[in-house]
Amino acid sequence: MKRILKRRETTLFLSLVALMLLVTLRSSTFLRPGNLNSILNDTCALLIVSLGQFLVILIGGIDLSVAATMAFTGMVTALINQYNPGIPAWLMLPIGAAIGAGLGSINGFLVAFGALPPMIATIATMSIYRGFVYVFSKGAWVLSRDMTPGYLALPSTPMLGLTSMVWITIGVILLAWVFMRYTSSGREVYAFGGNKTAALFAGVRERKVEMIVMTLSGILAGIVGVLWVARYGNAHSETAAEFHMQTVAACVLGGVSFVGGSGTVVGVVIGALFFGVINNALTVVHISPFFQMAIQGVVILVAIVSNTLIDRKTQMKLIARRKI
Amino acid sequence: MSGAEGSRIIKREKSIGRAVTGFLLTWESLLFIFLAAVMVVNSLLSKVFLDPANLFDATLNFTEKAIIAMPMIFVIILGDIDISVASIIALSSLFMGMAGAGGAPTPVLILIGLGVGLLAGLVNGLIITRFDIPAIAVTLGTMSLYRGISNAVLGDKAFTKYPEDFGSLGQGYAIAGLVPWQLLVFAAIAIIAAVLRNSTVVGRYTVAIGNSKTAARFSCVPVERVRLAVFAATGLCSGIAAILLTSRIGSTRPNIASGWELDIITTCVLGGVAITGGKGNVLGVIVAIFLLGFMKFGMGVLNVPGKVMNIITGALLIVAILLPRTVESARRRRLSR
Repeated sequence: MKRILKRRETTLFLSLVALMLLVTLRSSTFLRPGNLNSILNDTCALLIVSLGQFLVILIGGIDLSVAATMAFTGMVTALINQYNPGIPAWLMLPIGAAIGAGLGSINGFLVAFGALPPMIATIATMSIYRGFVYVFSKGAWVLSRDMTPGYLALPSTPMLGLTSMVWITIGVILLAWVFMRYTSSGREVYAFGGNKTAALFAGVRERKVEMIVMTLSGILAGIVGVLWVARYGNAHSETAAEFHMQTVAACVLGGVSFVGGSGTVVGVVIGALFFGVINNALTVVHISPFFQMAIQGVVILVAIVSNTLIDRKTQMKLIARRKI
Repeated sequence: MSGAEGSRIIKREKSIGRAVTGFLLTWESLLFIFLAAVMVVNSLLSKVFLDPANLFDATLNFTEKAIIAMPMIFVIILGDIDISVASIIALSSLFMGMAGAGGAPTPVLILIGLGVGLLAGLVNGLIITRFDIPAIAVTLGTMSLYRGISNAVLGDKAFTKYPEDFGSLGQGYAIAGLVPWQLLVFAAIAIIAAVLRNSTVVGRYTVAIGNSKTAARFSCVPVERVRLAVFAATGLCSGIAAILLTSRIGSTRPNIASGWELDIITTCVLGGVAITGGKGNVLGVIVAIFLLGFMKFGMGVLNVPGKVMNIITGALLIVAILLPRTVESARRRRLSR
């Protein structure tokens, strides 16, 4: 029990619950199932892409190209759908994932074999990928009237009370959790991020880990790109602009450290939900959406400063307990 | 190995042929070659390109970014990063806009711009050094916060009321009405940066810290004070850029300068500053600034859309980093054979 209480995820979860209660006091409509459902649907994209971002931050990198990857797969599948409406819409998800895997493995190749730091590799590829979205679409938008109903329904098909998008998200979270906890590759990612030298001596292959991590991040962004475009009913070269920063913010809020090697799937999920709740709460309690960004900034700063202070305190306690 | 033996080996390594290829392989000369190529291609494409007035006007598109790139060199050498610079411009411009709407004269606006920039940089530096949090996490937060404040105050409105002489700051010309003021400001800052980097103890300190914070601390380098000063300077230069940009475009909107942080970091990396810290110099970045600036200008003349330009700059960034490394490793492989 004590161990559960001491974990960072618990603190974060409790503050999330506290925040939700606070909003409920101001507005009774907040806790209604309909509203909770819409929070969930609004946060799915952030949740999935943040899990990919989480892997990259774990190895001490950052993936700035996720939003561009989303725009890329969204645009390509929307164009396929527009010009070949006969192709079943559900096929767009695996196509999006495959394109995402391709783009992610280009990042991975640059990082693993070109020895570029992930940040630089993805700054470069983010402008390249987004540039190609413009080239493919010739600068035009693909609108919902150009898409088939099947394509538009991809994220919103109801299944057992929840939408398909929520089910996909739940699936991804479970897979990510199992991957990070119970597969050797997942443990290798942790080991590699925590102490690179030690991991290399323990037989972890550097290039393999970097390829896996960057490719997985690309796959997740690729799937979400399709769902995003279908959900909002338009694809253009600015789709999901600046979204990469939100995914980084969700990871930071979830307690993932930029030093690498520390952070959990559960933490990232709560971090992303936190942003979802805040964004929804602002509209529910009638605060201008223009305040959203500033509040997000304050939340990030409070989270990282308090995380550091708590860490330092526990470390001091450990040192004090040591007998010399 | 004795010292004499070592130096003999080093001397043998330095045959003339190797010296030439060695020089050609330095980052700066590679960039110079790229820059020369861009200038030649541009002048072939457009007859008016080499006209001095035209060349000087072309610099207006990138001097504000260049001004922030100078302190960013030091930030990256330290092994840190500052992604809040564009948001500092937004914040600084916001306060100048508020003062301008209240009827403040130009000198007051300048002081406000500089002050807000410096303060924002100090906040970054203080949080980073006091709590020992990675700079990327802190500036990610302040990036949202600073631009968020601008968003919250302005919403979808804009400040456009500025004194008449304020406009001449960002678009005025000096020296025979040819050289933009902006370029002179940049030149001054670049000289200060180069002197700081190459001939002062501060420059050596930043390299020492970037290579190993622990070792620097044990060598009595005031690590936290240097980092704080560098982040404050970055804020101040962002304030200067905010003054020039606001004056040039004559309005303040919340999305002012959005996305600039990545452009600035790209320029620094292209200029040879190692993102992992500990390495980099000012000259390379200056060449990179002009290279990117004139390349974009040339593509603009050709009516290349901005998004397509981004593909080319992105590819250039990758090629510029991979090329010297590939050549170097190929050379090593040949030597070891």
